[in-house]
Amino acid sequence: MSAIYTVEHLTKTFGHGKAAVHAVEDVSFDLAAGGITVIVGESGSGKSTVARMLLGLLPVTSGRLVFQDKDVTHLKGHARTAYWRDVQAVFQDPFSSFNQFFTVGTLLSRSVRLVGRDVGKQRLEESLGHVGMDLSVLDRYPHQLSGGQRQRVMIARALMMRPKLLIADEATSMLDASLRVNILNVLKDLRDELGMTILFITHDIGQACYLADRILVMENGAMIEQGPTDEVIFNPQHEYTKRLLADVPKLHTAIELGDLHESVETP
Amino acid sequence: MSLRGLSPRFWISATLIIVIVLIALLGPLLVSIDPNATIGGLYDRPRCCGTMLLGTDNEGQSVLANLVYGTRTSLIVGLLAGVIATVIGLLIGLVSGYRGGWIDDLLTAVTNVGLAIPAIVVIILVSVSLPKRNIYTLALVIGLTAWFWVARAVRAQASSVRTREHIDVARLSGAGFWSILARDILPYLLSYVVMAAVLQVSGAILFESTLSLLGLGPGDATSLGTMLYWAIAWGSVRTGAWWAFVPPTLMLTLIVFSLLLLQSSLNEVFNPRLRRGRAARKKTKLSAADEEAIERSRPEVVGAAGLLETPASSGTEAR
Amino acid sequence: MGTLVDARNIRGVYYLGGKDLVAVDDVSVRIEEGEVLGLAGESGSGKTTLGSIISLIARPPLHVEQGTLEIDGKVQELGGDAKIPRTWRGAVVSMLPQGAMNSLSPTKRVRHLVYDVLRSHDRKITKDEALDRARERITTLGLPARVLDAYPHQLSGGMKQRTVTIISTLLNPRLLVADEPTSALDVTSQKILIEMLLEMLDKKIMSGVIFVTHDLPVLRTVASKIAVMYEGRIVERGPTEVMVDHPQHPYTQALMSSVLAPEPKYTRTRIEGMSSFDRKLFNAPEVIHR
Repeated sequence: MSAIYTVEHLTKTFGHGKAAVHAVEDVSFDLAAGGITVIVGESGSGKSTVARMLLGLLPVTSGRLVFQDKDVTHLKGHARTAYWRDVQAVFQDPFSSFNQFFTVGTLLSRSVRLVGRDVGKQRLEESLGHVGMDLSVLDRYPHQLSGGQRQRVMIARALMMRPKLLIADEATSMLDASLRVNILNVLKDLRDELGMTILFITHDIGQACYLADRILVMENGAMIEQGPTDEVIFNPQHEYTKRLLADVPKLHTAIELGDLHESVETP
Repeated sequence: MSLRGLSPRFWISATLIIVIVLIALLGPLLVSIDPNATIGGLYDRPRCCGTMLLGTDNEGQSVLANLVYGTRTSLIVGLLAGVIATVIGLLIGLVSGYRGGWIDDLLTAVTNVGLAIPAIVVIILVSVSLPKRNIYTLALVIGLTAWFWVARAVRAQASSVRTREHIDVARLSGAGFWSILARDILPYLLSYVVMAAVLQVSGAILFESTLSLLGLGPGDATSLGTMLYWAIAWGSVRTGAWWAFVPPTLMLTLIVFSLLLLQSSLNEVFNPRLRRGRAARKKTKLSAADEEAIERSRPEVVGAAGLLETPASSGTEAR
Repeated sequence: MGTLVDARNIRGVYYLGGKDLVAVDDVSVRIEEGEVLGLAGESGSGKTTLGSIISLIARPPLHVEQGTLEIDGKVQELGGDAKIPRTWRGAVVSMLPQGAMNSLSPTKRVRHLVYDVLRSHDRKITKDEALDRARERITTLGLPARVLDAYPHQLSGGMKQRTVTIISTLLNPRLLVADEPTSALDVTSQKILIEMLLEMLDKKIMSGVIFVTHDLPVLRTVASKIAVMYEGRIVERGPTEVMVDHPQHPYTQALMSSVLAPEPKYTRTRIEGMSSFDRKLFNAPEVIHR
């Protein structure tokens, strides 16, 4: 599969001099068209910062972003609005990503306007259908919906543009386990039925195992391992990945607990 | 927004304001004489009832009539000036807080200069140099010197709302600059803006009275401030003609007091959780979102007495 | 090994100005000495509310309508207007609330919290005595003593959570109720915190733990028994391995099957979420594994 997106030596530094925070350091990877790529990392790994830079919501310190053979590193104005027809996002917090004064219909009407009235109405119904909802949800307010329903509305919103790439940044982290599976299945269906490319960001390697075609592991701003799911999970190369897989609690096997005094101290 | 369970503070201030507005609107119709008509001599004592209820002022005019018309004038000037100041401050604060960058720097610099200069000095200087002083020019002058504080406060709020996720979602949905300001930021500030507007109105009323007291009031209308100007200039304090200065003073105090009282009770109107009141008990089926919201509002329950208190959860982990 | 805590017929209701929410509906639960009981459930299940009732910190709008708590042979009435003895909170039962590590005052060093906690129970204790006790406890459990002199922002998430866990048990409570203690931690810090809790049990700093969480794999690692809550009631309870490998109640089965792990069986299959289960079945009667 060809790469729809290429990231080259992406770096993001906040602040200057001694107080500088190197959130992302020299990260490079490709996104294969029509596949699901998952970036796995714990808090502070820089994974969300990478997502925001790809989305054009955060300026890049250095590096190059290439989407469909066009350089999109420093987009502004109309070019960036056009970019957002092809690249869309779903965020972590299903409560704060909603304007609490909007109904679902009002939220989606902005996208309707962007693609044109007639096309928009049709896409509205289709997009809601893809996430298992119907038009009855249009006059509900966010506080009348559960977290899982809100996330699905957010995915429908992103789908209205028929994007080529959907970036989901910790989109399931605030949902109950049972709802997570539903959202992950929605993403899988989007890949299978619409050929959508998906970039999923998470700290949960279990979800990565279920969802991903390729996994990228980040630690402290650097990308330390990448490869097909089977290889990264069942044949990890880097120490960090191995430790992550060993320490993550599993349901059907007990993990090895060591002596408290011999465990590696997290700095 | 229901009005259940609001404290006495709100009802008292709301009632007072309604009464004052009624006096200003209907008073002139009920009193039915021209405030400039001479009905008696210098500082005639009050006599019941009718137009001599509060006696006469230094020109033999009915104090009652002047009081009623004066209230109307003061309210009009205060309202106009307050609205002007709020609207200007709101616009500038919104653009400055959301846009950031050099526009923010420029507008903030202007705001800071404006805040540093004592408004009263500016108002006096401008008023003195006005060719024609009527209630509209006065309202404009007061409004144009009072917006700085609103701008700074709105800017602070706007720049904090700007970082919220629904703004990102709005941008990704193709919403334009003004659309985001009006629909994604302003509604979140509305309660604050209303409270600021009430403060602006009361401040403007006091400003107008101060100007009038200094002889810089509207040349063509009576206001509470001008009544006081004449009362002092003609020695009513010295001669004990209390009906010339006490009524306008009381009315001014009442207006400002009820506005400030209202402003302090508006917090409850906008934030229903602060209201106290007997909860009626009724068992109803709650939606899934309600239950989630309960879990999220757990902090009222948690707080191991003296051990570890948790802050209001933002909903991150509450399951 | 006897019964440490026996909580019976607990009913907790939120009075919400017009609507009542029954969060805990006639729940009885027992914890044995030396045991970690995992209290599992999703949002709105009532598990956190039950935890706060048992640790005696329920406050309006939460009202405990009925229930009794028996510890060390002493029975305490919880319902209605019952007076809870002040000395029980923190010293007999202690709660470690969710998000506790984020509520450390950012302008005070950690040792201030230690003073407050110890002073609240023993007015006569001096600062030095309080510090010594805390220091000894902290070093025994593998943390450097400098933690006491640090500001919260100088400590990592894992260290903060371990610190507040230790502070909440300084009075050697019989039972510790911990609400989502591992949720905000990265994987390695989770493991260390679990190890610390088990060592504290071993050293009898406390004699039992109720571990409230939605994270079932964590319970597999730390809990000896699991009780699953759904809509205010316990639907199934039993030893951990039985609950995880052979759940009987439809809701528990649905819950267990939606857990994802980095194991081969999760890479190729499709797992159906709870919506495909028949929700009416979730109201089936309770299953108790002996």
